[in-house]
Amino acid sequence: MAKQKKFNILEHELVPEHEIVPPEEAVKILKELGIAPHQLPWIRVTDPVARAIGAKPGDVIRIRRKSPTSGETIAYRYVVGY
Amino acid sequence: MIPEEKSIREIKFGVLSPDEIRKMSVTAIVTSELYDEDGRPIQGGLMDPRLGVIAPGQICPTCGNDAKSCPGHFGHIELARPVIHVGFAKHIYDALRTTCRRCGRILLPQAELDRYIKLYGRLREKWPLLAKMLVTVVKKRASKVMECPHCGEKQYKIVFEKPYTYFEERAEGKIQLSQFEIRERLQNIPDEHVQLLGLDPKEARPEWMVLTVLPVPPVQVRPSIVLETGIRAEDDLTHKLADIVRTNEKLRELLDSGAPQRLIDEHWLLLQYHVATYIDNELPRIPVARHRGGRPLKGLAQRLKGKEGRFRGNLSGKRVDYSARTVISPDPNLSINEVGVPEEIAKVLTVRVPVTPWNLEEMRKYVLNGPYKWPGANYVITPDGRKIDLRYADRKRIAEMLSPGWKVERHLKNGDIVLFNRQPSLHRMSIMAHIVRVLPGKTFRLNLLVCPPYNADFDGDEMNLHVPRTEEAQAEARELMLVQYHILSPRYGGPIIGGVQDYVSGAYLLTSKATLLTLEDVVDLLSAAGYRGEIPEPAILSPKKRWTGKQLISLFLPEDFNFRGRARVSAGVFACENEWCWNDSFILIKKGELLTGVLDKKAVGAEQPENMMHWLIKEYGSDYARYVYDHMFRMFIRFIEKRGFTMTVDDVALPREAKEKIRVILHEAENEVYEVIEMYKQGKLEPVPGRTMEESLELKILDVLSNARKRVEDIVVNYLDPFNNVFIMARTGARGNELNITQMAALLGQQSVRGERIHRGYRGRYLPHFRPGDLGAAARGFVYSNFYDGLSPVEVFFHAAGGREGLVDTAVRTSQSGYMQRRLINALQDLRVEYDGTVRTPYGDLVQFVYGEDGVDPMKSAHGKAVNIDREIERVIGWRT
Repeated sequence: MAKQKKFNILEHELVPEHEIVPPEEAVKILKELGIAPHQLPWIRVTDPVARAIGAKPGDVIRIRRKSPTSGETIAYRYVVGY
Repeated sequence: MIPEEKSIREIKFGVLSPDEIRKMSVTAIVTSELYDEDGRPIQGGLMDPRLGVIAPGQICPTCGNDAKSCPGHFGHIELARPVIHVGFAKHIYDALRTTCRRCGRILLPQAELDRYIKLYGRLREKWPLLAKMLVTVVKKRASKVMECPHCGEKQYKIVFEKPYTYFEERAEGKIQLSQFEIRERLQNIPDEHVQLLGLDPKEARPEWMVLTVLPVPPVQVRPSIVLETGIRAEDDLTHKLADIVRTNEKLRELLDSGAPQRLIDEHWLLLQYHVATYIDNELPRIPVARHRGGRPLKGLAQRLKGKEGRFRGNLSGKRVDYSARTVISPDPNLSINEVGVPEEIAKVLTVRVPVTPWNLEEMRKYVLNGPYKWPGANYVITPDGRKIDLRYADRKRIAEMLSPGWKVERHLKNGDIVLFNRQPSLHRMSIMAHIVRVLPGKTFRLNLLVCPPYNADFDGDEMNLHVPRTEEAQAEARELMLVQYHILSPRYGGPIIGGVQDYVSGAYLLTSKATLLTLEDVVDLLSAAGYRGEIPEPAILSPKKRWTGKQLISLFLPEDFNFRGRARVSAGVFACENEWCWNDSFILIKKGELLTGVLDKKAVGAEQPENMMHWLIKEYGSDYARYVYDHMFRMFIRFIEKRGFTMTVDDVALPREAKEKIRVILHEAENEVYEVIEMYKQGKLEPVPGRTMEESLELKILDVLSNARKRVEDIVVNYLDPFNNVFIMARTGARGNELNITQMAALLGQQSVRGERIHRGYRGRYLPHFRPGDLGAAARGFVYSNFYDGLSPVEVFFHAAGGREGLVDTAVRTSQSGYMQRRLINALQDLRVEYDGTVRTPYGDLVQFVYGEDGVDPMKSAHGKAVNIDREIERVIGWRT
């Protein structure tokens, strides 16, 4: 097994803010974009960030990150298995 | 009538079974002879007419169609002995390794196999990618087992020798497996086990990968050509197939006559070689099959592979009609929207025009002129769709018959729209629409201002021209692709079209304070520019009437245009921070009047964002921009033409005083270098963090020398006359820079290879002219001379070494960036920005939530930003001080 986690990656300055979107809100977002969940960009459950925030397959993650062009942007990821 | 729309849901690939090959075959090929004495194809030969007909007029004996609609029919060769299909050699190896040599089952315990088979069935439905993973796992595990868990047979290690030989490593040594044995073993693998090897037993049984019957493609695939001499030349594939048939027949003969095994094996191997090179003639470790002339034959794989192969060469890209290519040359009198087309080319490229009551007379004239007189026509199409070639027709009669409903393929004429392209097409601006101007001569002519988007010059560059033929295509080209709509680059939003070289020098000289123009000059310049209007009041009335260049510029600016910004010449002693400056290097335009400042590269040059031209285009539109480029810019070259512009060696000659100063600086630098080296030798040198002593020394020396070079540059700039032509070019940005001038006048400076001082060569020294271990400036490629005085032979050598690296770099970089570009474009080509601002694939999958994260189209932006607030405020409230 890997060594014990030394730090919380979410606190690292290069890791943008991730949060799980509540299902009702996720449905609303998907409807707004007019897409099925699997048409969002994917993130694996095994992704370190997905693990850190405890996401499950089927969740939608909201990422709020700094952007050189627009200051701050919001992106969504669809959590998939394996 | 619209044909029924059919869509392909999936494609399945499999391996042809011997039965299938025989079933689809119309004849067995039994002789390598192609034609009899009369030149007629032999029955049962490779040119058997039953394989399909290609000559017009013939009727196919198999399908009864004529050459146009006969699709061609396969034949087959019954191979006397089986041979390996090289394309599957790897799969055969996998199958042999993982299965038992006696019972043919996969070398894993039955229980485990059952589990895998069940799992595989489930995975294939839902996760095809995972099913593939399972196959690799099975293969990996089974190939390690040395005893069959089913029948207990001891297994030997299988060795695969590329491209088609297999051995068993037994105790007594390496034993070769014959194709017979291999096929037999593959035959023994049960269907469920075949599945676990990643093959669908219905479509691809492993034993089919060892050929017993070879399909012979129809003649349509391998047409023979008749040379001018009347001799028939057969296609490479036909030659190769003839080789196969010949060896096959020979082998059969030997087998029938009970020849010695050695002889049979020899021919068997030869057959294997021929079949292998027929499929792929670039196999490793075997000699390439060649023509009698020594040219390598093209195998089936070579037809498909690579840039010129079927996929990249014929399906992704094609040769097209209605196109032309020739050398380009400049013509500043054309509009930027135009292209000069040689008459010779205009007579070949045609546009199909329907005859209407309104153009009937015109079309009649074209028909009468015929194909050899421009503007004429090459063909006429009758209402029932017949095409009449005007070369051979009675043109007078046809001209009379011409009426609405007919169509005329008339020559390209002035005002037609064409697409113009220069490779490499890295940009969308590499293909733009131009308006035709038919001109005498044999080259395409284009305005110099459109050189930057095409990256063209006139040292022998050639460009391509395409004629859009439908009205829709022509309209699209005219409204979307015309040069004037591409002045602003989508890369950064600035103008990519603009003046180069003489345009920049001309603009500077014209607008310079020193330029005063007489009435004759003004009239001449304005008429060259095509200006229609009144001549303004002269700037100086007495003692003589004189106009300034700035007044002429103002004539072309919109009345409400305001602009302020620094010129490029605003540097060093001529720097200007604001409009209240005597150096005339701050551009100030108030209400369409150029008040102060000179125009130089920053104002009129190409690829200069946020400059005067940028705002003119953005705020007054592309029609106006075209007007400025076509007219005002013509004035610049007219002026430089009148004034004369050249350079001489004296332009880079320095006075004795300056040379002395430079000598002193270099002497100091040299001493400093020796001091540093001395410190290094004594170990007193302060190392740069993270570097070794040697690296620190190099860095220090480079630093000292580059500082010296900078000081020399300052001296050069100070001593040279800022109004000599060479310096004008450097300051305005027309050509060259201060460093280039320094190199010519004073000091060539440090030459480098791979970013280091030049040191590789002899042991401890670059050339035998130096002492081993000499770390001094001169010994490591610092050139004290300049181009004005000339270089010493040793210095020339250093310079050549540095220069060569530059050449090699460009060669390497272009090929690498070309490949990167290809991959990028293949990955991005189908993405698009939807109306909601998201970027999506054609399936609707999201790629970006907002295009570029800010939803800004760079082409419509102000240098990447959505708006330039200062500019907008200025526009609303008028002039701000």
